[in-house]
Amino acid sequence: MSMDRREFIKVAGLSALLGVGGKGAFELLRPGELDAFEGQAPENVPAATPKIRWAITIDVRKTDNSVVQKCRGVCDYLHNVPHFDNPKDEVKWIWGDTYEHAFADGANEYMDSSLADLPFLLLCNHCDHPPCVRVCPTKATFRRPDGIVAMDYHRCIGCRFCMAACPFGSRSFNWRDPRDGLKDRKLNPEFPTRMRGVVEKCNLCVERIDKGLIPACVETCPDVLAFGNLADPNSNVRQILRTRTSLRRKIELGTEPSVFYLV
Amino acid sequence: MYDANKIIPGLVIFVGLMTFPIWAGMGKAEPVPKPKIDTPVIKEMAEKHCVESKNYMADYHMQMLITWRDKALRDGKRIYVSSSGQKYNVSLQNTCMKCHSNKKEFCDKCHNYVGVKPYCWDCHIEPIEPKGNVL
Repeated sequence: MSMDRREFIKVAGLSALLGVGGKGAFELLRPGELDAFEGQAPENVPAATPKIRWAITIDVRKTDNSVVQKCRGVCDYLHNVPHFDNPKDEVKWIWGDTYEHAFADGANEYMDSSLADLPFLLLCNHCDHPPCVRVCPTKATFRRPDGIVAMDYHRCIGCRFCMAACPFGSRSFNWRDPRDGLKDRKLNPEFPTRMRGVVEKCNLCVERIDKGLIPACVETCPDVLAFGNLADPNSNVRQILRTRTSLRRKIELGTEPSVFYLV
Repeated sequence: MYDANKIIPGLVIFVGLMTFPIWAGMGKAEPVPKPKIDTPVIKEMAEKHCVESKNYMADYHMQMLITWRDKALRDGKRIYVSSSGQKYNVSLQNTCMKCHSNKKEFCDKCHNYVGVKPYCWDCHIEPIEPKGNVL
């Protein structure tokens, strides 16, 4: 088929007119339908206030190495967390670190050693705005209505975007078969292990919370840790937070952690 | 054809070898396996029943396990109400395998027969069977 210049301009002009008319007609009949979704919730839908918002408070002054050992021991047993000698392969759900590492932005060289030398219990912060959930391409990690950032290991493809996104280093990748790191250890037969190639992290003992129990670390060290509902103004954690000065990690990032360090 | 005396017998041998599994197994049918339910827990049950009826479980256990997985993990609904109204804890390790503690005789037999390889046990811990079935 041949088309001369004149014919081509006619068809092109007509198509342009139709295109403009088409969009205009659409806007007239269904206003707003063509707008792309920009990731903001529609304004006319009120954000439902959650009834439950689980949180943990950690009394830093009462934390010592034995507390860290005990919490880590019970968590690692209950969740079959593997142990590897090579720090690159390490899998951590709850662990201890120094003030300088936990609060890198707040440390200074003149600090009182009574705080600077204390071990800090670190775990997943179960953020209100979890960056790990935003970046997960398979929705393997997701935020439950009660605020727990949970993981569905069946869906994890091991892309490690969440590890790059998490500002707290709360996620570990299974570089090796986790069962190699569980050899010669008593397994908890009620909880699965993971497989090689998935990311894992603290789940705030979601399997216990669903049964009405409190997280195992809180149960093990009730003097140091407290677990409760932030959404309830009369809950234990709200009362503690009213009376004690608390810190949260990296609040400037706006992820709104729900693990509070009482100093 | 050059070298027909070598090529044709070669072809015959090749085809014979390639089709060996077909003609060797011809007429012989592997007996359909019967999963065993003689575990201690099931033996003690007065009325032997699973979460749902035997036929339903045989046909739909895979769909049920997937639904259980999503309900428990993603929606936090860890109680299953069966069609008979009984309540069960939604858990492969803590509900299914508590009764069916004989994974080799119960799960694996049929799965091997039909040639499916479910990856449940990559993560979930299989029940420890008396005969040294360790990880």
